[in-house]
Amino acid sequence: MDKTQYKDVYVFVEQRDGVVQKVAVELLGKARELADALGERVVAMLLGHDISAKAEELIAYGADVVLCADERELAQYTTEPYAQAIAQIVRERKPSIVLIGATTIGRDLGPRLSARLETGLTADCTGLDISEERDLLMTRPAFGGNLMATIICKEHRPQMSTVRPGVMRAKEKDASRTGVVEKVDIHFDKSKFRVKVLETVKEQKNKIDITEAKVLVSGGRGVGNAEGFAMLGKLAETLGAEVSSSRAMVDAGVMPHDRQVGQTGKTVRPDLYFAMGISGAIQHLAGMEESGYIVAVNKDKYAPIFGVADLGIVGDVKKVVPLLTERLAALSKHNK
Amino acid sequence: MDFSLSKKEILFQQMIREFAEKEVKPLAAEVDEEERFPLETVEKMAKLGLMGIPFPVEYGGAGGDNMLYSMAVEELSRVCATTGVIVSAHTSLCASPIYEFGNEEQKRKYLPKLCSGEWIGAFGLTEPNAGTDASAQQTMAVEEGDNYILNGSKIFITNAAYAHVYIVMAMTDKSQGTRGISAFIVERDFPGFSIGKKEKKMGIRGSATCELIFENCVVPKANLLGKLGEGFKIAMKTLDGGRMGIASQALGIAQGAMDETVKYVKERKQFGKAIGKFQNTQFQLADLQAKIQAVRLLVRMAAWKKDKKLPYSVDSAQAKLFAAETAMEMTTKAVQFHGGYGYTREYPVERMMRDAKITEIYEGTSEVQRMVIAGALLK
Amino acid sequence: MKIVVCIKQVPDTTEIKLDPATGTMIRDGVPSIMNPDDKGGLEIALQLKDKYGAHVTVITMGPPQADDMLREALAMGADRAIHMSDRKFAGADTLATSNAIAGALRMLDFDLVITGRQAIDGDTAQVGPQIAEHLDLPQVTYVEDLQFDGNKTFTIRKSLEDGYQMVQVDAPCVITVLSSANKARYMSVRGIVEAYDREVEVWTYDNISVAEEKLGLKGSPTRVWKSFTKGAKAAGKVYEVEPNEAVDIIVEKLKEKFII
Repeated sequence: MDKTQYKDVYVFVEQRDGVVQKVAVELLGKARELADALGERVVAMLLGHDISAKAEELIAYGADVVLCADERELAQYTTEPYAQAIAQIVRERKPSIVLIGATTIGRDLGPRLSARLETGLTADCTGLDISEERDLLMTRPAFGGNLMATIICKEHRPQMSTVRPGVMRAKEKDASRTGVVEKVDIHFDKSKFRVKVLETVKEQKNKIDITEAKVLVSGGRGVGNAEGFAMLGKLAETLGAEVSSSRAMVDAGVMPHDRQVGQTGKTVRPDLYFAMGISGAIQHLAGMEESGYIVAVNKDKYAPIFGVADLGIVGDVKKVVPLLTERLAALSKHNK
Repeated sequence: MDFSLSKKEILFQQMIREFAEKEVKPLAAEVDEEERFPLETVEKMAKLGLMGIPFPVEYGGAGGDNMLYSMAVEELSRVCATTGVIVSAHTSLCASPIYEFGNEEQKRKYLPKLCSGEWIGAFGLTEPNAGTDASAQQTMAVEEGDNYILNGSKIFITNAAYAHVYIVMAMTDKSQGTRGISAFIVERDFPGFSIGKKEKKMGIRGSATCELIFENCVVPKANLLGKLGEGFKIAMKTLDGGRMGIASQALGIAQGAMDETVKYVKERKQFGKAIGKFQNTQFQLADLQAKIQAVRLLVRMAAWKKDKKLPYSVDSAQAKLFAAETAMEMTTKAVQFHGGYGYTREYPVERMMRDAKITEIYEGTSEVQRMVIAGALLK
Repeated sequence: MKIVVCIKQVPDTTEIKLDPATGTMIRDGVPSIMNPDDKGGLEIALQLKDKYGAHVTVITMGPPQADDMLREALAMGADRAIHMSDRKFAGADTLATSNAIAGALRMLDFDLVITGRQAIDGDTAQVGPQIAEHLDLPQVTYVEDLQFDGNKTFTIRKSLEDGYQMVQVDAPCVITVLSSANKARYMSVRGIVEAYDREVEVWTYDNISVAEEKLGLKGSPTRVWKSFTKGAKAAGKVYEVEPNEAVDIIVEKLKEKFII
């Protein structure tokens, strides 16, 4: 394989119902960094139907080129039409790197493509970098987050990676950026379209997804029960925050699974994270230690959570939280 | 000599531990508190074949052995002694004597339903005036045409309220002493048979222990188990197996209390450190652990001998004696380690302590086990 | 109906601990288990066996001790077990793994291939779709529920982040299943008693027809470049004070760092 034929960093722009997903914007931000390091271009692959209007926005977020495949077959994601479209683009244009968000869609599409293109794919990456030899360094957690592994794909192109949502930083939108929007015609083999979507049901799983929250008030065993979480709810309300939970309280049935932070739950990186009565098992830390500022309150001064906290309080959450809520409420009133 | 578990036994242990942890443990406190027979657990166990572990597949059993059966009772009792004794009484005291002493017709009729768990089994020997002295049977069976007519009562019968089949001892010829006792298979709906009052017990409170009442109860002659006059021998042989089961139960209770204690002493802090860091704690736990492991070896040896069809009556008595007394000691100390919390129902160790006590009493008190052991020693 | 379920033996990662001195993973004494998502997939297959009399084959690629997991699958109710074991398969990344397994599947007759969504030791979720691609079969991932019409059509509920999707696909196809799809059954006692007396077929490189350069380390486009434990970030300050004072400290810090 002649690697020099392969150039540019391609990003799969995931959209659902015409709405570009947050992860795609994050990937454009990261792709920009990688492409700058390589001296190459960022190419956004925008697939869907009636979506050309979204192309300019992608340039503002860092793309140099937007390839727009506007086809009825691509209106809603299903594996085969999307795999055909991207495989065609990759074969025609030979990108060096293809980044895909590690969502349920991306992780359905990515491996299908890698097998079709006979190249490597690294799953659910949390770090991407360029090596001295200009290879993509793909870092991901392994063994339940206990170990990090950096993977390379040296002799195959493109180098493909699915990237965990919420980990990469999106660039500020810059309307002054310029770029090219190019329409791509896809030649489908419809005989391979064998999965029929009957219906897509949206479930309002909760108010705001915890991965989107700027401030999280998270509770663990020390919070104890639903009553304890109601107390956290009041603090969260005062701060305009969302409430999340450790695995222990999800297993205990106190909190729903979609509020769980950690290895088997969600990875969050809010600006401010309160760990209330959470001891900090390694699986939990894996999901929150990238948070901007971590405040931990725990009875046990040896709790591992204090190892990652920026501010630690040894004390009873049931005493500290109501006091803190009261004080913050008074402050916000004062500010108005 | 090989003390390791076979691959099959390891696989079985994996299954039964997971089952105990996920299906049995969550109900243990409630079953105790409400004195409720956990019928839903019996149904789950039946589906997996746990109600017929040591019996051949041709009689509907799982084709396993007494080692697996013993491990099952141990692991179930580790989290809930009530569930452990339900399986033990059913298997050792009802299905086993039918398998070992029943004729082909009786085996075909009763074992498949017992092994599948469709029917639950029980055993009636103890009477108000025949406890440790089991030979003093007052329940009478009189021959009348094709039937025996039973009159009398049995007390403290495990599983009684939910069982369908009972192995019942009754006097067929008083002049013959113990040789005048015969064993019968009694079905729940035989005329003249009824269940009496339910006991309010200290421990194993979910096991539905009741009185059996026979008022001109009609038992077909076909339901005589073994030969006429063999009842006492059948009862004693049955109890050899039963004691191995109860020893497994006591072992499980002791292990369960140890599990809870180890967890607690690592968490509980006094004087600035975990109480497990104090040498007093460590030395006491070390002694108890050594005893539990010794019990386990005695229990496994009794099960192994039964599987090998070697005499195991004394082994069974030794296992039960030491297991029961170790369970009592372990649970009592577990409560002590837990301090005031251990005395409350917030922690399971007080239940374990109440449950442990019965293992020193039923299927032969510790004194009876000593009689058996000493009898063999001094013969 | 014939079903093949691909299963993997994994270390129980919830039991993995780090050596506090060296920061390396302690693997000793960590029990091996059947990967939870794979177990969910096996349960779906066994339910189809209960309902439609499906024949269920389990297949794994792994070291000799994976035999115990295959016995577990047999004890749960699987009909046939295949253990792919060969030095030539070793060191495979997901693509090379999928090449080997797809090679074995080509030698089998099936209407449905089931894999777990992902294995807890790698969390890649890649092998299932890659197998589907090699076999040119449709795939449905993140399966929460599957209904069969008794003829050839599956109606499947597929989980999404913000809801679910109902899809329809005809046999043959590949699905990847979530452990939350069901509560997998326990092994039966009789199944356990018989498990080690039953046959587990051992398949090597010679049993499949896949070019050697597509297998194992040779057939793996990706390599681990380095692995490391996360460098602990410098811990912040920990205060052991009365609640009132604690709140003072928190509020002060928040004022400093954020606008409240």
